[in-house]
Amino acid sequence: MSTRRSNGFGPATSRRAFMKTGLGAAGALMLPGALLNTAWAKDYPSLGTFPAGASGDSVFVGLSVPLTGAYSTAGQDEKKGYELAFEHINNGTGMAAMMDSLKGSQGVLGKHVEYGIGDSETKPNSAVQVQTRFIHEKKAIMISGCSSSAVAIALEKLAQREKVVNMVGASGSNDTTGKDCQRYGFRSQPSAYMAGKALAPVVAKEIGKNVKAAYLVPDYTYGHTVFDSTRKFTEAQGWKTVSKVLVPVGASDYSSYLLNIANSGADVFVNVCFGNDSVASSKQAQQFGILDKMKMVVPNISPFQASELGPDIMAGVYGTLDFWWTMADRNDYAKTFVDSFEKKYGSKPRWTAHIAYLQSMIWADAVTRAGTFYPPEVIKTLESGKHIQSTLGEVYYRAEDHQMVREVPVVVGKSKSQMKSKEDYFEIVGVTPGEDVMPPPGTFACKLGSYT
Amino acid sequence: MPNLSLLLSQLFNGLALGTLLALISTGLTIILGTLGVLNFAHGALFMVGAYVGYAVMQATHSFVLAVACGALFVLVLGVIIERGLIRLYYDRPPEDQILMTFGLGIVIVEVVRLLFGGISRRMAVPDWGNGIFNMGFMIYPKYRLIVMVIVAVTLLILYLVLYRTRLGLVVRAGIEDQRMVGMLGLNVQRTFMVVFGLGAMAAGYAGAIDAPIVSVTPDMGEQVLVESFVVVVIGGLGSFPGAILGGLIAGEIISLTSMFNPAYSQVMLYAAMALVLVLRPQGLFGQEGRE
Repeated sequence: MSTRRSNGFGPATSRRAFMKTGLGAAGALMLPGALLNTAWAKDYPSLGTFPAGASGDSVFVGLSVPLTGAYSTAGQDEKKGYELAFEHINNGTGMAAMMDSLKGSQGVLGKHVEYGIGDSETKPNSAVQVQTRFIHEKKAIMISGCSSSAVAIALEKLAQREKVVNMVGASGSNDTTGKDCQRYGFRSQPSAYMAGKALAPVVAKEIGKNVKAAYLVPDYTYGHTVFDSTRKFTEAQGWKTVSKVLVPVGASDYSSYLLNIANSGADVFVNVCFGNDSVASSKQAQQFGILDKMKMVVPNISPFQASELGPDIMAGVYGTLDFWWTMADRNDYAKTFVDSFEKKYGSKPRWTAHIAYLQSMIWADAVTRAGTFYPPEVIKTLESGKHIQSTLGEVYYRAEDHQMVREVPVVVGKSKSQMKSKEDYFEIVGVTPGEDVMPPPGTFACKLGSYT
Repeated sequence: MPNLSLLLSQLFNGLALGTLLALISTGLTIILGTLGVLNFAHGALFMVGAYVGYAVMQATHSFVLAVACGALFVLVLGVIIERGLIRLYYDRPPEDQILMTFGLGIVIVEVVRLLFGGISRRMAVPDWGNGIFNMGFMIYPKYRLIVMVIVAVTLLILYLVLYRTRLGLVVRAGIEDQRMVGMLGLNVQRTFMVVFGLGAMAAGYAGAIDAPIVSVTPDMGEQVLVESFVVVVIGGLGSFPGAILGGLIAGEIISLTSMFNPAYSQVMLYAAMALVLVLRPQGLFGQEGRE
């Protein structure tokens, strides 16, 4: 059943945008700023939404986040991350005040960034529809946002076809920067491979080496690649894989799937499900007594899993996260992000908000350093391998596959007594440097498309 | 080949899944049979029952109260919907009814999202339902076992109401021949209101009971709606025993397929529906030519 909803065009059309169209292009041409723009546009041919989308005094960014569907909780948080990022970019505050290229400026290349947020419903088709409208009607100069790898991959293809830079939102599949990688897409979240490689040595040390594992796997690209990578790296540590149970996304009752896990004779239950699915399946695993018999491992812990399940289920659960708010203690950028988020929304950010924030900042930085919105120049700047100071310490994009080389935090759930505050769910047991967990280039058959 | 204990567990689990599906589907089928309206808001009513149950449980910690409130709230909501909206659509083409109930479902879901937000809620399992029951050949969550009993008793009560009371007689007559019932001078209007209320209540009641098992989200009714449609088609439109048998069949299909290839459990459900439509278009208990 799919339900249609409006795509949030309302808030995006500001009075200013209306005035601009009202005044007409002729009036705008009389402004010196616009003359400058036309001079710029001469340097580069038109491509995608360039120069049309970059010729006014503002640019538009199209955002698609799942506000409904199985991953909507993560999507709501992601939306907040974008709102905060563009507020900071437009006002020259937060991380924008700390990055060399953005220091002291407001907006990007002097242009105010406007954005629209549409509901992707956790469905690839809806996301593509939302972004297609943003690209065609609003001349979006950049698109971003998703919580599902299936959506991420669909949007990457759209970005490549439309020649609009896509700063991928939350997506953990290897395919996103593997066989489905695109010249126009950049992903900051650790891939399944990176997460698995960071996690395996830790769980082998903490849980043991001679261990039988049963997997609950959502049946789409994310689930398949997380299973493959986690299996590969845990088996290298001596684990045995005794069961793999594929489940549809968005199931509500997991009893029949969990019975297979309960009967598998495993010592460890590896739950690959994500979003509401991870919450429902973990809760039901506890009801079936599986969590009394087996330790639970979650390769990629969902943003709100701990708050939704509580420490009674999450205590002692090992996994990785893109970001956890206590990383603010290690890094000023992260501290700025966490503090300003908390001030604005009254809660700690989760990692989907972090991805939204970091990706927006890195895009603003790349455009500024490129000195133009012309997509191939922005892409080449992102591909240059220049290390950028960020919420994760130094990061950069690998030119071969557009995967961000970044540290991977490995965490374990705290028990109720260990929690120092309401949202203190995880202890960071280790942070693996990005360089140590990157797959050799070409591992996942990435062939980036063309620039133009 | 899976072992015997897994087979037995899955067979049993199919029964547990099936009873709940049967309960939700009876609501859908009674409304469809009596009023001739395909209620696409059924999943949303199920979800409302879950949320009311959750809210009452948070406030009072009484499970019985939570389920009672969930059921009653949706009963009242059902009556309001029937009087305010559905009533105006009895004489209109089915596509109008479908569009209206579908839209109503969206409105209900979004209102709940506005009130509770999108983040999933956890309704606690009542204390007496905590833990695991060892059945010898398998272990099973206590709460789910109790749910099975509760649902079975509820279905029995529904059966008695439909087959042993005057109201039930009118409802069943209405399913057979609406116009004739009207000609006999029976108050069809009032019966329709009661039936829609009852059908909605079955969904709300099931939602409140299911809330401690699943995660409570505004979108939780979507899948339930689809599955109960499948059940009604398999069992036969408007047939009460059909809904029960269809529910059990659907539960077993999901569970047994999961044993061999979990990814295909939903697919097999639709395959079974297609098979029924090909071999017996009116469904297992449906009657040919019924409108």
